Amino acid sequence: MSVRIEGLTAGYGRSAVLRGLDLVVAEGELLVVVGPSGCGKSTLLRVVAGLLPGTAGRVLVDGVPVRGTSRDRALVFQDDGLLPWRDALRNVELPLALRGVPRAERRVRARGWLDRVGLAGFERHLPRELSGGMRQRVQLARTLAQEPRLVLMDEPFGALDARTRSAMQELVMAVLRETGTTTIFVTHDVDEAVRLGDRVVVLGAGEVDVRREAILAAVMG
Amino acid sequence: MARRWVLRVVSLAAGLLLWQVLTASGVRLWLRFDQLPTAVEVAERFARQLTRAEFYGDLGSSLARIGLGFLLAAVVGTALGVVVARSRVLGDLVQPLLEVVRPIPAIALVPIAILLFPTDEQGIVFITFVAAFFPILVSTRHAVRALPTTWEDALRTMGGSRRQVLVRVVLPGALPGVFGGLSVGMGVAWICVISAEMISGRYGVGYRTWQAYTVVDYPGVVVGMVTIGLLGRVTAGVVELLGRRATRWLPGEARS
Repeated sequence: MSVRIEGLTAGYGRSAVLRGLDLVVAEGELLVVVGPSGCGKSTLLRVVAGLLPGTAGRVLVDGVPVRGTSRDRALVFQDDGLLPWRDALRNVELPLALRGVPRAERRVRARGWLDRVGLAGFERHLPRELSGGMRQRVQLARTLAQEPRLVLMDEPFGALDARTRSAMQELVMAVLRETGTTTIFVTHDVDEAVRLGDRVVVLGAGEVDVRREAILAAVMG
Repeated sequence: MARRWVLRVVSLAAGLLLWQVLTASGVRLWLRFDQLPTAVEVAERFARQLTRAEFYGDLGSSLARIGLGFLLAAVVGTALGVVVARSRVLGDLVQPLLEVVRPIPAIALVPIAILLFPTDEQGIVFITFVAAFFPILVSTRHAVRALPTTWEDALRTMGGSRRQVLVRVVLPGALPGVFGGLSVGMGVAWICVISAEMISGRYGVGYRTWQAYTVVDYPGVVVGMVTIGLLGRVTAGVVELLGRRATRWLPGEARS
Protein backbone atom coordinates (compact mmCIF):
# COMPACT_ATOMS: atom_id res chain seq x y z
CA MET A 1 0.00 0.00 0.00
CA SER A 2 1.23 3.49 -0.73
CA VAL A 3 0.42 6.51 1.41
CA ARG A 4 0.33 10.13 0.32
CA ILE A 5 -0.33 12.85 2.87
CA GLU A 6 -0.97 16.37 1.60
CA GLY A 7 -1.18 19.42 3.83
CA LEU A 8 -2.57 17.48 6.77
CA THR A 9 -3.70 19.45 9.80
CA ALA A 10 -5.08 17.48 12.72
CA GLY A 11 -5.41 17.49 16.48
CA TYR A 12 -7.83 17.37 19.37
CA GLY A 13 -10.14 20.22 20.28
CA ARG A 14 -8.98 23.60 19.11
CA SER A 15 -5.23 23.01 19.16
CA ALA A 16 -3.79 21.37 16.06
CA VAL A 17 -0.70 19.27 16.80
CA LEU A 18 -0.08 18.63 13.11
CA ARG A 19 0.02 21.58 10.73
CA GLY A 20 0.24 21.24 6.96
CA LEU A 21 2.16 17.96 6.95
CA ASP A 22 3.26 16.43 3.63
CA LEU A 23 4.48 12.85 3.56
CA VAL A 24 4.86 10.05 1.03
CA VAL A 25 5.39 6.36 1.73
CA ALA A 26 5.94 3.97 -1.17
CA GLU A 27 4.57 0.45 -1.37
CA GLY A 28 6.64 -1.96 0.76
CA GLU A 29 8.67 0.82 2.33
CA LEU A 30 9.43 1.26 6.04
CA LEU A 31 9.24 4.93 6.97
CA VAL A 32 10.33 5.97 10.44
CA VAL A 33 8.82 9.13 11.86
CA VAL A 34 10.90 10.69 14.63
CA GLY A 35 10.11 13.54 16.95
CA PRO A 36 9.87 14.42 20.62
CA SER A 37 6.81 13.54 22.70
CA GLY A 38 3.76 15.64 21.95
CA CYS A 39 4.82 16.59 18.43
CA GLY A 40 1.86 14.79 16.84
CA LYS A 41 3.38 11.42 15.92
CA SER A 42 0.52 9.45 17.44
CA THR A 43 -2.01 11.84 15.97
CA LEU A 44 -0.52 11.21 12.54
CA LEU A 45 -0.96 7.45 12.94
CA ARG A 46 -4.50 7.81 14.22
CA VAL A 47 -5.44 9.88 11.20
CA VAL A 48 -3.92 7.39 8.76
CA ALA A 49 -5.62 4.53 10.64
CA GLY A 50 -8.94 6.31 10.23
CA LEU A 51 -9.61 6.74 13.94
CA LEU A 52 -9.36 10.53 13.79
CA PRO A 53 -10.39 12.74 10.89
CA GLY A 54 -7.97 15.49 9.88
CA THR A 55 -9.23 19.07 9.98
CA ALA A 56 -7.53 20.05 6.73
CA GLY A 57 -5.57 18.38 3.95
CA ARG A 58 -5.82 14.87 2.56
CA VAL A 59 -4.63 11.38 3.38
CA LEU A 60 -4.62 9.09 0.35
CA VAL A 61 -4.01 5.37 0.67
CA ASP A 62 -3.47 3.76 -2.71
CA GLY A 63 -4.85 6.98 -4.12
CA VAL A 64 -8.14 6.78 -2.20
CA PRO A 65 -8.97 9.22 0.63
CA VAL A 66 -9.11 7.57 4.07
CA ARG A 67 -12.60 7.38 5.49
CA GLY A 68 -12.88 5.39 8.70
CA THR A 69 -10.92 2.36 9.82
CA SER A 70 -10.12 -0.70 7.76
CA ARG A 71 -8.55 -4.06 8.40
CA ASP A 72 -5.99 -3.18 5.72
CA ARG A 73 -4.49 -0.56 8.04
CA ALA A 74 -3.36 -2.09 11.34
CA LEU A 75 -2.35 0.02 14.34
CA VAL A 76 0.18 -1.37 16.83
CA PHE A 77 -0.13 0.26 20.23
CA GLN A 78 2.55 1.13 22.72
CA ASP A 79 0.56 -0.45 25.54
CA ASP A 80 -0.25 -3.71 23.75
CA GLY A 81 -3.99 -3.10 23.17
CA LEU A 82 -4.80 -6.71 24.00
CA LEU A 83 -8.21 -7.61 25.41
CA PRO A 84 -7.44 -8.74 28.97
CA TRP A 85 -10.22 -11.34 29.13
CA ARG A 86 -8.93 -13.22 26.08
CA ASP A 87 -5.94 -15.52 26.36
CA ALA A 88 -3.00 -15.06 24.00
CA LEU A 89 -4.37 -17.40 21.36
CA ARG A 90 -7.84 -15.84 21.35
CA ASN A 91 -6.33 -12.37 21.13
CA VAL A 92 -4.39 -13.39 18.04
CA GLU A 93 -7.53 -15.01 16.61
CA LEU A 94 -9.55 -11.84 17.07
CA PRO A 95 -8.94 -10.17 13.67
CA LEU A 96 -9.71 -13.49 11.99
CA ALA A 97 -12.87 -13.96 14.04
CA LEU A 98 -14.03 -10.46 13.11
CA ARG A 99 -14.03 -11.34 9.45
CA GLY A 100 -15.70 -14.69 9.98
CA VAL A 101 -12.82 -17.15 9.51
CA PRO A 102 -14.06 -20.53 10.82
CA ARG A 103 -12.86 -21.41 14.30
CA ALA A 104 -10.71 -24.42 13.40
CA GLU A 105 -8.89 -22.52 10.69
CA ARG A 106 -8.24 -19.39 12.74
CA ARG A 107 -6.96 -21.55 15.61
CA VAL A 108 -4.35 -23.06 13.35
CA ARG A 109 -3.32 -19.74 11.89
CA ALA A 110 -3.17 -17.99 15.26
CA ARG A 111 -1.04 -20.80 16.67
CA GLY A 112 1.28 -20.42 13.73
CA TRP A 113 1.77 -16.71 14.39
CA LEU A 114 2.29 -17.20 18.12
CA ASP A 115 4.89 -19.79 17.22
CA ARG A 116 6.53 -17.32 14.87
CA VAL A 117 6.95 -14.71 17.63
CA GLY A 118 8.35 -17.36 19.97
CA LEU A 119 5.34 -17.82 22.21
CA ALA A 120 4.50 -21.47 21.55
CA GLY A 121 3.24 -22.90 24.83
CA PHE A 122 1.74 -19.61 26.03
CA GLU A 123 -1.51 -19.90 24.04
CA ARG A 124 -3.68 -20.20 27.12
CA HIS A 125 -2.09 -17.41 29.14
CA LEU A 126 -4.06 -14.28 29.85
CA PRO A 127 -2.30 -10.99 29.05
CA ARG A 128 -1.79 -10.22 32.73
CA GLU A 129 0.07 -13.51 33.10
CA LEU A 130 2.62 -12.44 30.48
CA SER A 131 5.52 -9.98 30.73
CA GLY A 132 5.43 -6.66 28.87
CA GLY A 133 7.68 -8.03 26.14
CA MET A 134 5.54 -11.13 25.72
CA ARG A 135 2.36 -9.08 25.52
CA GLN A 136 3.95 -6.94 22.85
CA ARG A 137 4.84 -10.10 20.93
CA VAL A 138 1.24 -11.28 21.21
CA GLN A 139 0.13 -7.96 19.78
CA LEU A 140 2.59 -8.37 16.97
CA ALA A 141 1.28 -11.86 16.22
CA ARG A 142 -2.24 -10.44 16.22
CA THR A 143 -1.23 -7.72 13.78
CA LEU A 144 0.38 -10.26 11.49
CA ALA A 145 -2.65 -12.55 11.68
CA GLN A 146 -4.71 -9.60 10.51
CA GLU A 147 -2.66 -9.58 7.27
CA PRO A 148 -2.82 -5.81 6.88
CA ARG A 149 -1.29 -4.09 3.89
CA LEU A 150 -0.16 -1.14 5.95
CA VAL A 151 1.16 -1.34 9.51
CA LEU A 152 1.20 1.74 11.73
CA MET A 153 3.44 1.29 14.75
CA ASP A 154 3.20 3.72 17.65
CA GLU A 155 6.40 3.36 19.68
CA PRO A 156 5.65 -0.33 20.07
CA PHE A 157 8.88 -1.12 21.89
CA GLY A 158 9.03 1.98 24.06
CA ALA A 159 8.17 0.12 27.24
CA LEU A 160 10.57 -2.78 26.73
CA ASP A 161 14.03 -3.32 28.17
CA ALA A 162 16.98 -2.96 25.78
CA ARG A 163 17.54 -6.66 25.10
CA THR A 164 13.90 -7.50 24.47
CA ARG A 165 13.64 -4.43 22.33
CA SER A 166 16.41 -5.37 19.93
CA ALA A 167 15.09 -8.92 19.63
CA MET A 168 11.64 -7.52 18.82
CA GLN A 169 13.06 -5.08 16.30
CA GLU A 170 14.77 -7.88 14.44
CA LEU A 171 11.64 -9.99 14.45
CA VAL A 172 9.41 -7.19 13.20
CA MET A 173 11.84 -6.23 10.47
CA ALA A 174 12.16 -9.81 9.29
CA VAL A 175 8.42 -10.39 9.08
CA LEU A 176 7.52 -7.04 7.55
CA ARG A 177 10.20 -7.35 4.89
CA GLU A 178 9.22 -10.92 4.17
CA THR A 179 5.57 -10.00 3.66
CA GLY A 180 6.39 -6.76 1.83
CA THR A 181 4.13 -4.80 4.17
CA THR A 182 4.26 -1.01 4.01
CA THR A 183 5.06 0.40 7.45
CA ILE A 184 5.00 3.73 9.22
CA PHE A 185 6.99 3.40 12.43
CA VAL A 186 6.84 6.17 15.00
CA THR A 187 9.52 6.56 17.67
CA HIS A 188 11.41 9.15 19.67
CA ASP A 189 14.44 6.85 19.79
CA VAL A 190 17.06 7.95 17.24
CA ASP A 191 18.98 4.67 17.35
CA GLU A 192 15.80 2.75 16.64
CA ALA A 193 15.13 5.01 13.68
CA VAL A 194 18.59 4.37 12.24
CA ARG A 195 18.31 0.65 12.74
CA LEU A 196 14.85 0.20 11.21
CA GLY A 197 14.18 2.88 8.66
CA ASP A 198 14.40 2.80 4.88
CA ARG A 199 13.70 6.50 5.17
CA VAL A 200 13.45 8.78 8.18
CA VAL A 201 11.26 11.82 8.58
CA VAL A 202 11.67 14.16 11.53
CA LEU A 203 8.37 15.84 12.32
CA GLY A 204 8.78 19.57 11.93
CA ALA A 205 12.03 19.25 9.98
CA GLY A 206 11.14 16.99 7.05
CA GLU A 207 13.04 14.08 5.59
CA VAL A 208 16.64 13.49 6.68
CA ASP A 209 19.41 11.00 5.89
CA VAL A 210 19.21 7.71 7.76
CA ARG A 211 22.25 8.60 9.85
CA ARG A 212 22.39 9.16 13.57
CA GLU A 213 23.98 12.61 13.32
CA ALA A 214 21.60 13.83 10.66
CA ILE A 215 18.56 12.74 12.65
CA LEU A 216 19.91 14.18 15.89
CA ALA A 217 20.67 17.49 14.21
CA ALA A 218 17.14 17.66 12.82
CA VAL A 219 15.52 16.67 16.14
CA MET A 220 17.52 19.29 18.03
CA GLY A 221 16.45 21.82 15.40
CA MET B 1 -6.40 -21.57 61.62
CA ALA B 2 -8.34 -23.82 63.98
CA ARG B 3 -8.01 -21.20 66.69
CA ARG B 4 -9.59 -18.55 64.53
CA TRP B 5 -12.56 -20.81 63.92
CA VAL B 6 -12.91 -21.43 67.63
CA LEU B 7 -13.00 -17.68 68.23
CA ARG B 8 -15.65 -17.20 65.59
CA VAL B 9 -17.88 -19.95 67.01
CA VAL B 10 -17.40 -18.56 70.52
CA SER B 11 -18.48 -15.13 69.32
CA LEU B 12 -21.69 -16.48 67.79
CA ALA B 13 -22.46 -18.64 70.81
CA ALA B 14 -21.91 -15.72 73.17
CA GLY B 15 -24.32 -13.59 71.15
CA LEU B 16 -27.01 -16.25 71.31
CA LEU B 17 -26.42 -16.80 75.01
CA LEU B 18 -26.68 -13.08 75.78
CA TRP B 19 -29.96 -12.93 73.85
CA GLN B 20 -31.30 -15.94 75.75
CA VAL B 21 -30.29 -14.57 79.15
CA LEU B 22 -31.62 -11.05 78.53
CA THR B 23 -35.00 -12.23 77.24
CA ALA B 24 -35.57 -15.26 79.46
CA SER B 25 -34.89 -13.31 82.67
CA GLY B 26 -37.05 -10.39 81.44
CA VAL B 27 -34.39 -7.69 81.71
CA ARG B 28 -35.76 -4.16 81.45
CA LEU B 29 -32.93 -1.63 81.29
CA TRP B 30 -34.57 1.16 79.26
CA LEU B 31 -34.52 -1.39 76.39
CA ARG B 32 -37.39 -3.77 77.04
CA PHE B 33 -35.94 -7.20 76.49
CA ASP B 34 -38.89 -8.74 78.34
CA GLN B 35 -41.02 -7.96 75.26
CA LEU B 36 -38.88 -10.09 72.98
CA PRO B 37 -39.02 -13.87 72.41
CA THR B 38 -36.14 -15.94 73.69
CA ALA B 39 -33.60 -17.61 71.45
CA VAL B 40 -34.98 -21.01 72.36
CA GLU B 41 -38.55 -19.97 71.52
CA VAL B 42 -37.40 -18.69 68.17
CA ALA B 43 -35.41 -21.85 67.43
CA GLU B 44 -38.41 -24.03 68.28
CA ARG B 45 -40.61 -21.86 66.14
CA PHE B 46 -38.19 -22.00 63.25
CA ALA B 47 -38.08 -25.81 63.42
CA ARG B 48 -41.88 -25.91 63.35
CA GLN B 49 -42.05 -23.48 60.43
CA LEU B 50 -39.73 -25.71 58.42
CA THR B 51 -42.36 -28.47 58.50
CA ARG B 52 -45.18 -26.24 57.22
CA ALA B 53 -46.10 -25.82 53.57
CA GLU B 54 -47.10 -22.20 54.16
CA PHE B 55 -43.49 -21.31 54.97
CA TYR B 56 -42.25 -22.67 51.65
CA GLY B 57 -45.09 -20.99 49.84
CA ASP B 58 -43.96 -17.66 51.30
CA LEU B 59 -40.36 -18.36 50.34
CA GLY B 60 -41.52 -19.20 46.85
CA SER B 61 -43.54 -16.03 46.36
CA SER B 62 -40.82 -13.74 47.71
CA LEU B 63 -38.18 -15.44 45.58
CA ALA B 64 -40.39 -15.33 42.50
CA ARG B 65 -41.01 -11.59 43.00
CA ILE B 66 -37.38 -10.77 43.54
CA GLY B 67 -36.30 -13.11 40.76
CA LEU B 68 -38.57 -11.53 38.19
CA GLY B 69 -38.03 -7.93 39.29
CA PHE B 70 -34.28 -8.36 39.54
CA LEU B 71 -33.98 -10.17 36.22
CA LEU B 72 -35.94 -7.45 34.45
CA ALA B 73 -33.81 -4.80 36.14
CA ALA B 74 -30.61 -6.62 35.15
CA VAL B 75 -31.60 -6.82 31.50
CA VAL B 76 -33.14 -3.35 31.14
CA GLY B 77 -30.59 -1.65 33.42
CA THR B 78 -27.58 -3.08 31.61
CA ALA B 79 -29.02 -2.41 28.17
CA LEU B 80 -30.01 1.17 28.98
CA GLY B 81 -26.71 1.79 30.75
CA VAL B 82 -24.80 0.77 27.64
CA VAL B 83 -27.05 2.80 25.35
CA VAL B 84 -26.86 5.94 27.47
CA ALA B 85 -23.06 5.67 27.69
CA ARG B 86 -22.53 4.93 24.00
CA SER B 87 -25.01 7.16 22.22
CA ARG B 88 -24.99 10.87 22.85
CA VAL B 89 -28.43 11.41 21.32
CA LEU B 90 -30.13 8.64 23.26
CA GLY B 91 -28.21 9.69 26.36
CA ASP B 92 -29.61 13.22 26.11
CA LEU B 93 -33.09 11.85 25.45
CA VAL B 94 -33.25 9.27 28.22
CA GLN B 95 -30.99 10.55 30.95
CA PRO B 96 -32.95 13.60 32.17
CA LEU B 97 -35.99 11.39 32.65
CA LEU B 98 -34.01 8.87 34.63
CA GLU B 99 -32.30 11.52 36.74
CA VAL B 100 -35.68 12.92 37.78
CA VAL B 101 -36.95 9.53 38.96
CA ARG B 102 -33.69 8.25 40.43
CA PRO B 103 -33.67 10.18 43.75
CA ILE B 104 -37.10 8.77 44.66
CA PRO B 105 -36.62 5.66 46.81
CA ALA B 106 -38.41 2.78 45.13
CA ILE B 107 -40.45 2.11 48.24
CA ALA B 108 -42.01 5.58 47.97
CA LEU B 109 -43.55 4.37 44.72
CA VAL B 110 -45.82 1.89 46.53
CA PRO B 111 -48.98 4.03 46.28
CA ILE B 112 -48.34 4.63 42.59
CA ALA B 113 -47.68 0.95 42.05
CA ILE B 114 -50.94 0.04 43.74
CA LEU B 115 -52.86 2.49 41.59
CA LEU B 116 -51.04 1.66 38.39
CA PHE B 117 -51.03 -2.13 38.35
CA PRO B 118 -54.11 -4.34 38.22
CA THR B 119 -52.73 -6.73 40.85
CA ASP B 120 -50.64 -6.28 44.01
CA GLU B 121 -48.34 -8.96 42.72
CA GLN B 122 -47.38 -6.92 39.67
CA GLY B 123 -46.98 -3.82 41.83
CA ILE B 124 -44.50 -5.57 44.09
CA VAL B 125 -42.49 -6.85 41.14
CA PHE B 126 -42.48 -3.32 39.76
CA ILE B 127 -41.15 -1.88 43.04
CA THR B 128 -38.43 -4.53 43.09
CA PHE B 129 -37.56 -3.77 39.51
CA VAL B 130 -37.24 -0.03 40.13
CA ALA B 131 -35.14 -0.63 43.24
CA ALA B 132 -32.58 -2.81 41.45
CA PHE B 133 -32.72 -0.94 38.17
CA PHE B 134 -30.93 2.27 39.15
CA PRO B 135 -27.79 0.85 40.76
CA ILE B 136 -27.41 -1.48 37.77
CA LEU B 137 -27.96 1.32 35.26
CA VAL B 138 -25.56 3.71 36.95
CA SER B 139 -22.80 1.12 37.39
CA THR B 140 -23.12 -0.05 33.80
CA ARG B 141 -23.05 3.47 32.45
CA HIS B 142 -19.98 4.28 34.48
CA ALA B 143 -18.22 1.04 33.55
CA VAL B 144 -18.82 1.60 29.83
CA ARG B 145 -17.58 5.19 29.99
CA ALA B 146 -14.47 4.13 31.88
CA LEU B 147 -13.39 1.56 29.27
CA PRO B 148 -9.87 2.22 27.95
CA THR B 149 -10.19 3.61 24.41
CA THR B 150 -7.30 1.42 23.26
CA TRP B 151 -9.51 -1.68 23.25
CA GLU B 152 -12.07 -0.09 20.99
CA ASP B 153 -9.40 1.46 18.76
CA ALA B 154 -7.71 -1.94 18.45
CA LEU B 155 -10.93 -3.59 17.34
CA ARG B 156 -11.79 -0.86 14.87
CA THR B 157 -8.34 -0.93 13.26
CA MET B 158 -8.80 -4.68 12.86
CA GLY B 159 -11.84 -3.84 10.77
CA GLY B 160 -14.40 -4.45 13.54
CA SER B 161 -17.88 -2.97 13.03
CA ARG B 162 -19.81 -0.97 15.62
CA ARG B 163 -21.76 -4.07 16.55
CA GLN B 164 -18.58 -6.10 16.91
CA VAL B 165 -17.08 -3.42 19.15
CA LEU B 166 -20.19 -3.63 21.32
CA VAL B 167 -20.18 -7.42 21.59
CA ARG B 168 -16.44 -8.03 21.79
CA VAL B 169 -15.22 -5.03 23.76
CA VAL B 170 -17.93 -3.00 25.48
CA LEU B 171 -20.00 -5.79 27.02
CA PRO B 172 -17.15 -8.00 28.28
CA GLY B 173 -15.09 -4.99 29.33
CA ALA B 174 -17.93 -3.48 31.35
CA LEU B 175 -18.81 -6.76 33.04
CA PRO B 176 -16.89 -6.14 36.30
CA GLY B 177 -18.73 -2.84 36.76
CA VAL B 178 -22.05 -4.38 35.77
CA PHE B 179 -21.65 -7.04 38.44
CA GLY B 180 -20.86 -4.36 41.01
CA GLY B 181 -24.23 -2.85 40.14
CA LEU B 182 -25.96 -6.23 40.26
CA SER B 183 -24.67 -6.84 43.80
CA VAL B 184 -25.88 -3.49 45.06
CA GLY B 185 -29.14 -3.93 43.12
CA MET B 186 -29.81 -7.27 44.74
CA GLY B 187 -29.39 -5.76 48.20
CA VAL B 188 -31.75 -2.87 47.51
CA ALA B 189 -34.22 -5.20 45.81
CA TRP B 190 -34.58 -7.23 49.01
CA ILE B 191 -35.20 -4.16 51.11
CA CYS B 192 -37.93 -3.10 48.74
CA VAL B 193 -39.59 -6.45 48.14
CA ILE B 194 -39.90 -7.02 51.89
CA SER B 195 -41.23 -3.53 52.55
CA ALA B 196 -43.67 -3.79 49.66
CA GLU B 197 -44.89 -7.15 50.93
CA MET B 198 -45.39 -5.69 54.39
CA ILE B 199 -47.51 -2.91 52.92
CA SER B 200 -49.53 -4.63 50.24
CA GLY B 201 -48.74 -8.31 49.97
CA ARG B 202 -50.90 -11.38 50.54
CA TYR B 203 -48.07 -13.89 50.69
CA GLY B 204 -44.36 -13.75 51.07
CA VAL B 205 -41.82 -13.58 53.85
CA GLY B 206 -42.29 -9.85 54.39
CA TYR B 207 -46.06 -10.15 54.56
CA ARG B 208 -45.79 -13.11 56.99
CA THR B 209 -43.38 -11.26 59.24
CA TRP B 210 -45.62 -8.23 59.55
CA GLN B 211 -48.64 -10.49 59.92
CA ALA B 212 -46.93 -12.23 62.85
CA TYR B 213 -46.34 -8.85 64.49
CA THR B 214 -49.98 -7.78 64.15
CA VAL B 215 -51.18 -10.98 65.81
CA VAL B 216 -48.61 -10.62 68.63
CA ASP B 217 -46.67 -13.68 67.43
CA TYR B 218 -43.22 -12.36 68.28
CA PRO B 219 -41.25 -15.56 67.71
CA GLY B 220 -42.82 -15.56 64.24
CA VAL B 221 -41.49 -12.06 63.65
CA VAL B 222 -37.93 -13.09 64.48
CA VAL B 223 -38.22 -16.23 62.37
CA GLY B 224 -39.30 -13.98 59.48
CA MET B 225 -36.35 -11.65 60.05
CA VAL B 226 -33.86 -14.50 60.10
CA THR B 227 -35.41 -16.00 56.97
CA ILE B 228 -35.11 -12.68 55.14
CA GLY B 229 -31.48 -12.41 56.19
CA LEU B 230 -30.71 -15.90 54.95
CA LEU B 231 -32.44 -15.30 51.62
CA GLY B 232 -30.52 -12.07 51.13
CA ARG B 233 -27.27 -13.83 51.92
CA VAL B 234 -27.91 -16.69 49.51
CA THR B 235 -28.98 -14.47 46.59
CA ALA B 236 -26.04 -12.11 47.13
CA GLY B 237 -23.77 -15.17 47.12
CA VAL B 238 -25.21 -16.34 43.81
CA VAL B 239 -24.62 -12.92 42.20
CA GLU B 240 -21.08 -12.79 43.54
CA LEU B 241 -20.30 -16.30 42.32
CA LEU B 242 -21.57 -15.54 38.82
CA GLY B 243 -19.61 -12.29 38.84
CA ARG B 244 -16.38 -14.02 39.76
CA ARG B 245 -16.82 -16.62 37.07
CA ALA B 246 -17.47 -13.93 34.47
CA THR B 247 -14.53 -11.73 35.43
CA ARG B 248 -11.80 -14.24 36.12
CA TRP B 249 -9.43 -12.24 33.91
CA LEU B 250 -9.27 -9.38 36.39
CA PRO B 251 -6.01 -9.03 38.28
CA GLY B 252 -6.37 -10.44 41.77
CA GLU B 253 -8.75 -13.19 40.70
CA ALA B 254 -7.03 -16.55 41.00
CA ARG B 255 -7.21 -18.55 37.79
CA SER B 256 -8.54 -22.04 38.23
